[in-house]
Amino acid sequence: MFSNRMFNILVPIISVFLGLVAGAIIMLGFGYNPIRGYIALIDGAFGNAYFTGETIRRVTPYILTGLAVAFAFRAGLFNIGAEGQVIVGWLAAVWVGSSMEAPMIIHLPLAILAAAVAGGLWGFVPGILKAKLGVHEVIITIMMNYIALFLTNHLIRNVLTETKDTTDRVLESASLASNWIMEITSFSRLHWGLLIALAAAVIMWFLLEKTTTGYELRSVGYNRHASEYAGMKVGKNIVLAMVISGGFAGLAGAMEGLGTFGYMPTHSSFTNIGFDGIAVALLGGNAAFGTVIAAFLFGVLKEGSLNMPTEAGVPSELVEIVIALIIFFVASSYIIRWALLSLKKEGK
Amino acid sequence: MKMNVMMEDITGKMLGESSNEERIPDFHLAIFFVRSFKMSKKGVGFLENYVVEMLNIRKEFPGIVANNNINLQVKQGEIHALLGENGAGKSTLMNVLFGLYQPEKGEIKVKGKKVHITDPNVANELGIGMVHQHFMLVDTFSVTQNIILGSEPRKYGMIDIKRAEKEVMELSERYGLKVDPKAKIRDISVGMQQRVEILKTLYRGADVLILDEPTAVLTPQEIKELIAIMKSLIKEGISIILITHKLKEIMEVCDRCTVIRKGEGIGTVNVAESSPNELASLMVGREISFTTEKTPATPKDNILTIENLRVKDSRGVEMVKGLGLEVKAGEIVGIAGVDGNGQSELIEAITGLSKVESGKILLNDKDITNMSPRKITESGLSHIPQDRHKFGLVLDFPIGENMVLQTYYQKTFSKNGVLSFNRIYDHAKKLIKEYDVRTPSEYTKARALSGGNQQKAIIAREVDRSPDLIIAAQPTRGLDVGAIEFIHQKLIEERDKGRAVLLISFELDEIMNVSDRIAVMFDGNIVANVKPEEINEQELGLLMAGSKKVGGA
Repeated sequence: MFSNRMFNILVPIISVFLGLVAGAIIMLGFGYNPIRGYIALIDGAFGNAYFTGETIRRVTPYILTGLAVAFAFRAGLFNIGAEGQVIVGWLAAVWVGSSMEAPMIIHLPLAILAAAVAGGLWGFVPGILKAKLGVHEVIITIMMNYIALFLTNHLIRNVLTETKDTTDRVLESASLASNWIMEITSFSRLHWGLLIALAAAVIMWFLLEKTTTGYELRSVGYNRHASEYAGMKVGKNIVLAMVISGGFAGLAGAMEGLGTFGYMPTHSSFTNIGFDGIAVALLGGNAAFGTVIAAFLFGVLKEGSLNMPTEAGVPSELVEIVIALIIFFVASSYIIRWALLSLKKEGK
Repeated sequence: MKMNVMMEDITGKMLGESSNEERIPDFHLAIFFVRSFKMSKKGVGFLENYVVEMLNIRKEFPGIVANNNINLQVKQGEIHALLGENGAGKSTLMNVLFGLYQPEKGEIKVKGKKVHITDPNVANELGIGMVHQHFMLVDTFSVTQNIILGSEPRKYGMIDIKRAEKEVMELSERYGLKVDPKAKIRDISVGMQQRVEILKTLYRGADVLILDEPTAVLTPQEIKELIAIMKSLIKEGISIILITHKLKEIMEVCDRCTVIRKGEGIGTVNVAESSPNELASLMVGREISFTTEKTPATPKDNILTIENLRVKDSRGVEMVKGLGLEVKAGEIVGIAGVDGNGQSELIEAITGLSKVESGKILLNDKDITNMSPRKITESGLSHIPQDRHKFGLVLDFPIGENMVLQTYYQKTFSKNGVLSFNRIYDHAKKLIKEYDVRTPSEYTKARALSGGNQQKAIIAREVDRSPDLIIAAQPTRGLDVGAIEFIHQKLIEERDKGRAVLLISFELDEIMNVSDRIAVMFDGNIVANVKPEEINEQELGLLMAGSKKVGGA
């Protein structure tokens, strides 16, 4: 009755549902009205053109960092370094976008490419260390995050500017922003980046599922020994997976740098776009289209939650709790699977 | 899964004992001692009593019925065989008895009393002990520490290791299970590790032992010792359930035999009144030929030539020490030897998975020493690996995608780096049919197939590449007679087509029946080259143990 595919779709849906129910219970427990709370959430995400635009704007980098984590995961690697890769990608895009002049058809792709290359490079380091020396990628990627954070701050303050806290704005020719989109969304910060993110999802799907490279990556991810036995170069695949993963995360940085902000400020702490990507990938089942859907859900929750304090008096921290609960239920999907199975048995 | 449950159970107990106020562990301990006391008084008197009865057992898993209508009645003091093909449901039934699964229907009686075995602790308390095929021992602990793990004798809150060692010695002497209580597990032989596992269950007061494929990992000499041990155990009133595919062993030691086929209980026979042929046909549901039919080999040119090969293992210890070997087209060379004498390293060196320190490997006169696995595969080598789960298959890939594990990048299956799934699955469908791989479809994950069908799929893939040399490492390990027959036939067919076959096996029967020439491997070298018709198992066993009495080539 329940095939595997059904499970893979049902489990996240039920997890989300349970997360929302648990969130409602918590709201009730603190004396808030959960229905008003959730209505405020929906309003905050889609209530008017501006909110809708901002929601989609927020979804865009989530898609890309989700893809980054999912891609590495499919090759058996845990890329916790998406955060650092976002940051270096952001800086690279802004650097190219603000410091050179070229026609848009060259300038914009070049800036985007720079972000992907920077992110890829940030993924290459843990990849090569894992492949050659067997160092665990989790440790290296975590450390690379800090290197990225402080290195970019240093570069912004001392190289790109003279002791300023933000870079110059990127030129029109390298910007993803569009007046037309701004107008139809009541001047939200929505930009063309969504198209890049969706294209990235298609590319990831095609690469993993349809090509020989993807076949090798998945094979290495599932069983390193059998892959080696079959003549695949395991080390090469590990490095490749980390580079592509880092590239996706780097693109997420470009979305912020060329789209949302148009510049890069120094950061006192992480952006969390990369870390949230881990949850997005998990919720999306590490598949390209699942990740897109999960990123939308995340974006809606995060953006909509901003409206909850004003419209329903519910503190936005509660939304963070709901998101955490959803992830909890996905991570403990075993329980849901088990419950579904026993339900099925009783139904007989 | 099974192991996890066990480990959790054991560690749980340990923690419980050191910190908890509850008395449950002590209570366990008391029961163990009472039982072992009772046990020693028990004679061989009441032979007609059933110690374990499983009646009309039915166990379902999503989509399949693993056990249906199975009856198993074990008498006091007998060795009772549980026989069935791979995937017939033997392990499921034993897991039901051991409390890891709950049956949907049926009842279990232990010593005449109806019981509900809800978890392995209950099974332990009822005196049921299980020795798993893969040992569950802590490598760096001593024999005694492993045996008492989870029910340690204590003095002033500390483990009383002296008393434990004494108890282990007593048990070991009483049942003739020779062990060194102070030795570390990693330093002792596989045979002794198995005796430790048996002692572990006896220490916990088991009087019904489940032995899961106990001889799969043993040398012929060790098998003899185990058989002697089983016989002395039943003299002491212990009952044994022996899970096995090996008809010879059943004939030798078992009193009665219960046969399962495709999850259904077929019946129980008295071994003395039966024959291997009858048991085999009961098990598979058709006639089985035991002697592998083959014509004499007609060896031609050298396909594989190995000269003075030296290989180190992952720890840097030299395992292959100046080995030389030749395999000709149209012959099957069997490498006989006890596990751990360099066979694995030899295979890994030939297939390019391990680095060669020195020496030469020639395939069709072409030097393949230290080439990459892919280059070697393309030079005409196929490899049926020893560990099919670790090396042979990507278990989470559909079986169809596993069929092109080495060839996916070639023109037939991909174009400009894009896979042609139509062609891949057409190819897979063809192989599945040709090699009778039983799978619901070519899209089914390899994990879902039974061991025999997984192995058939690997053989289909490897043989279909039309290689010059086939390396078959333990190709029938853990398989039932039907699958073994099929695989042996395939290897001989390939030989007759003029291919060279190198067979590595720890099963003497297999080596004797299938090989045209036997190379005995001991301590990293080929110590003898013999013809199977000129040697008996006893002599071969001695050669494998390093004895030089029966001359060389």
